[in-house]
Amino acid sequence: MTIRTTLKAALLGASVIAIAATGAQAKTLVYCSEGSPEGFDPALYTSGTTFDASSKAIYNRLVEFKPGTTEVVPGLAESWTVSPDGLEYTFNLRKGVKFHKTDYFTPSRDFNADDVIFSFERQGKKDNPWNTYTEGATWEYFDGMSLPTLIKEIVKVDDNTVKFVLTRQEAPMLANLAMDFASIMSAEYAAQLDKAGTKANLNQQPVGTGPFTFVGYQKDAVIRYAANQDYWGGKQKVDNLVFAITPDAAVRLQKLKAGECHVMPYPAPADIAAIKTDPNLQMMEQQGLNVGYLAYNATQAPFDNPKVRKALNMAINKDAILYAVFQGSGQAATNPIPPTMWSYNTQIKDDAYDPAASKKMLEEAGVKDLSMKVWAMPVQRPYNPNARRMAELIQADFEKVGVKVEIVSYEWGEYLKRSSAKDRDGAVLLGWTGDNGDPDNFLAVLLGCDAVGGSNRAQWCNDEFEALVQKAKVVTDKAERTKLYEQAQVVFKEQAPWATIAHSVVFMPMSKKVSGYVMNPLGGHSFEGVDVAE
Amino acid sequence: MFRFFLGRLGLLIPTFLGVTIVAFGLVRILPADPLELLAGERGMSPERKAELMRQMGMDLPIWEQYLAYLGNLFQGDLGTSFASKRPVLDEFLQLFPATVELSFCAILIAVAIGIPLGILAAVKRGSFIDQTVMGTALIGYSMPIFWWGLLLIILFSGILQWTPVSGRISLMYFFPQVTGFMLIDSLLSGEKGAFLSAVRHLILPSIVLATIPLAVIARQTRSAMLEVLGEDYVRTARAKGLPPHRIIGLHALRNALIPVITTIGLQVGVMLAGAILTETIFSWPGIGKWLVDSIARRDYAVVQGGLLLIAAIIMLVNLIVDILYGLVNPRIRHN
Repeated sequence: MTIRTTLKAALLGASVIAIAATGAQAKTLVYCSEGSPEGFDPALYTSGTTFDASSKAIYNRLVEFKPGTTEVVPGLAESWTVSPDGLEYTFNLRKGVKFHKTDYFTPSRDFNADDVIFSFERQGKKDNPWNTYTEGATWEYFDGMSLPTLIKEIVKVDDNTVKFVLTRQEAPMLANLAMDFASIMSAEYAAQLDKAGTKANLNQQPVGTGPFTFVGYQKDAVIRYAANQDYWGGKQKVDNLVFAITPDAAVRLQKLKAGECHVMPYPAPADIAAIKTDPNLQMMEQQGLNVGYLAYNATQAPFDNPKVRKALNMAINKDAILYAVFQGSGQAATNPIPPTMWSYNTQIKDDAYDPAASKKMLEEAGVKDLSMKVWAMPVQRPYNPNARRMAELIQADFEKVGVKVEIVSYEWGEYLKRSSAKDRDGAVLLGWTGDNGDPDNFLAVLLGCDAVGGSNRAQWCNDEFEALVQKAKVVTDKAERTKLYEQAQVVFKEQAPWATIAHSVVFMPMSKKVSGYVMNPLGGHSFEGVDVAE
Repeated sequence: MFRFFLGRLGLLIPTFLGVTIVAFGLVRILPADPLELLAGERGMSPERKAELMRQMGMDLPIWEQYLAYLGNLFQGDLGTSFASKRPVLDEFLQLFPATVELSFCAILIAVAIGIPLGILAAVKRGSFIDQTVMGTALIGYSMPIFWWGLLLIILFSGILQWTPVSGRISLMYFFPQVTGFMLIDSLLSGEKGAFLSAVRHLILPSIVLATIPLAVIARQTRSAMLEVLGEDYVRTARAKGLPPHRIIGLHALRNALIPVITTIGLQVGVMLAGAILTETIFSWPGIGKWLVDSIARRDYAVVQGGLLLIAAIIMLVNLIVDILYGLVNPRIRHN
């Protein structure tokens, strides 16, 4: 055998090995995420970007939202019962659920009641050593949703049964427990960290029970996960999941086109039409669980008169806004909750666009030479892609009925603060994306009396509306709750504390190789069960 | 010489203190605080906000906060990030190599292309070549970085597919960070193709970041060269009948380079500023992107710590340049 033939044989052998290796290559799904997670303990944060990287991939909750819906289904709890007085929720925990085995942790036992108690008590109990486990720890959702006063105690009935005892009835309780902050962590892992004096690692090196195991995070660049081989919900179709952090929307799209990633969130509105015609890409879209609104200040004259508010609502040309601001990818809003949410009242008719009637109504209400401020948010939000443009259109509409408008704007944090003030002037453009799919999360949070001076930007406190919403909060029967909320929407429409503007559509471009992706109406991104063709 | 060195060092202390005040004050002048941004549309009750402010020491008078900050600083504690809950210095050290690597490649490109172009323009003064070079430099200098970066991505990564769109290395490669410099780490990893992948990822961002310094260096080289070429000794060299490449390369360039070196030193600051935009476009995990995110979140500790560290580095570079100057030029040393 000459040297040449030996070489040839060796090369052939090498290429065979290479081909075999490619054949057995692990399947990797790459997601071009829009930003860096702040950490990996979802209870400490409020941003969707952090939830995608932590709670959605790594963790589970006692109950989960059924993919693509806001329906609450069993998660780590197989079943549950609610006591007749609505104050005790007893969860029967799933058996045989394994926590992730990683380089830094090997579980010695399955998931049990201790993990549930640890996950909640660290957030709720000030004297729990984990309440301040990392510098500047705040439990924004847990505290923001008043859970410290709602949950009286969490009792371990036995290893596989946990009971939540409440101080008052709270119908949205189950939906709350499906939220990201309620992710279940390993008490055993926490004990290990405590022993090693590295508590802060709970936020850097996560251990959960979810579909993907954390492998590593290179700050601001890449997050790597491997499929959880022992996942109780079944084996994943991909072997690896990678988040390639790409903050610029135009660059994300280029990466998607170049095949450097398979899925991207938040395309620029201007690119949507082109993506839809790209032969290699597919575009998923879903009605977002959100609402964009213009909130008057119902405590200030002349906006304390419902007739004035109603008249102004009739002056707004929503079709023009949908066309110019949402580029056709939105839906005019009639009610304060989106149509995809249960209890949405389909009977209510929107105020017709009628400048002449509006003008007449204003005159009847004794309003002359009104000049007002319209607040435009400085940032793009899912419920309002361009508040400045929207404010300009409203300005022109109001001008037609003889109302002078000055558009004002502040830096985002300042905007949120100032717009909450009770004596704020003018009307504020803002919106909301649902947290848990419960109507209470819109109607009480945004329009309830307790929220005046806070998230109730209309500063509107109406006895009839409040009574309906409060009653619906404590009734556990869904049909009855639906009726109460439907009635509340009628009151809302008559009183018109807001001009309801639009519900937007959320887009998700992805490679045609991707299958099994389900869009989440609550806005998060989960890759459980997603497949990618070779 | 030692006195000169001490004098320069002495100047650094008030400068450094000044920077701490600016860094500390600047981020607090910005409207809104991190808590409001964290709460978002939901808002936060005044009671809860007051409690959190107290927990974080944000309820103290501003000068007390500053003194506490300064006290920690002298113990080497730059504070903890509000977002990630990690020490600022740890985050900085993790991200800084990426910025250095990018800036270093960019300055290399700027020098390697800028100086020859400047010389060429000076030698061919008034010619078509001169006008082309200077015209291009002017365009380069006025180029909006963000737009320029996207344009290059669309052309070279999108249409031609010659270079990757963004990131530091192909996602195929996964090895631990040793030095933080991807070019070195990829070689250390021993993985086939990793180094080449790192180089390919560096090309576009380096070019984008190099654009403005390149233009500045080319223009500076040209004007310095023109000045030197008019000197008597150059005329003498010509009269001696030396070949042009020796006149330019040996006699003129050496003297012309002195102001150019100063310019290059000054570009370090420009680089770090340019890196903020370049890193954001190319998803480059360096300190620029880190600072932008932190400003948006009002992550006080990170913004003031990051500014301070960057200022310290720029001061250090200037100190080194000053000292080198003193060594090279006795006139400066004795003044």
